[in-house]
Amino acid sequence: MSSIKPYVLVTIALFLLLGATIGAAYIDLGAFNTPVAMLISLIKAGLIVTVFMHLRQADGLIRLFAGVGVFWLAIMILMTLTDFLTRGH
Amino acid sequence: MLADAQAPVAHQFETAEQQRGAATLGIWLFLATEVLFFGGLFLAYTVYRLKYPEAFHEASSHTLVAFGAVNTGVLLLSSFTMVLAVRAGGIRQRTAAVGFLLVTALLGLGFLAIKGCEYAHEIQEGLLPDANFHLAGADPHLSRMFFYLYFLMTGLHALHVTIGVVLLIIFAAWAKMTARLEGLATAIDLLGLYWHFVDIVWVFLFPLIYLVSRHS
Repeated sequence: MSSIKPYVLVTIALFLLLGATIGAAYIDLGAFNTPVAMLISLIKAGLIVTVFMHLRQADGLIRLFAGVGVFWLAIMILMTLTDFLTRGH
Repeated sequence: MLADAQAPVAHQFETAEQQRGAATLGIWLFLATEVLFFGGLFLAYTVYRLKYPEAFHEASSHTLVAFGAVNTGVLLLSSFTMVLAVRAGGIRQRTAAVGFLLVTALLGLGFLAIKGCEYAHEIQEGLLPDANFHLAGADPHLSRMFFYLYFLMTGLHALHVTIGVVLLIIFAAWAKMTARLEGLATAIDLLGLYWHFVDIVWVFLFPLIYLVSRHS
């Protein structure tokens, strides 16, 4: 019978990270507030994807499909920003 | 996996494991299209927020952060109960599977109820960007844009939660009534992948909408 321990640990970690997200929002970190919030969200998403969605145990093809979705999103946002952030007005 | 051994194998697959692998691959492909779906809105949000940070800062402060935080907790907990439902389906514990599926659905309904309260409050405050939109002391066009994005993104997400809740209830009923739970184990697993994805979308949505800058 598979253990529920990793699920319990990840759930606790997710709630702690939620606390960190909220706490960090109420502290003035200047330009770092948003990157910190996004980084914490990435860690949460990473935990959910690898443990809850079993990507840890999945074979290469499934990991590739998962990675492609994220990769596509990244280039869509980054390439669009190369336009908007260099407009100079 | 335990569930594979007795799951019925469709004629185009050689083994149950291959069948399960194909189904899992299919759902991940679907989730990639969902990333496209939400990605467009996230991109629009990113561009507007980078161009008009003060307006988004101001508009974001009108969202109900306590409601959003509780809702995040509700969804995180629902992912936990979902993963327990998947596990129960895999080890053929019928009562546990049905129970956890229903608890997950209940948490999803809780999320929608809280979201509904927020929407009601915001509409009353005149934050729905229709003809009655007003936000004192702010640039009307830019704060409208924030709230267009807010209602669209959270609305699209809530639609996904609703679909998930409906499927959870259907699967719970199916699990209760089916003669062979192992035939359903993969389906529950795939629904779990969908549910976790919806949770991940909210995990990013919450700080972007509610926590733009709460320290000043």
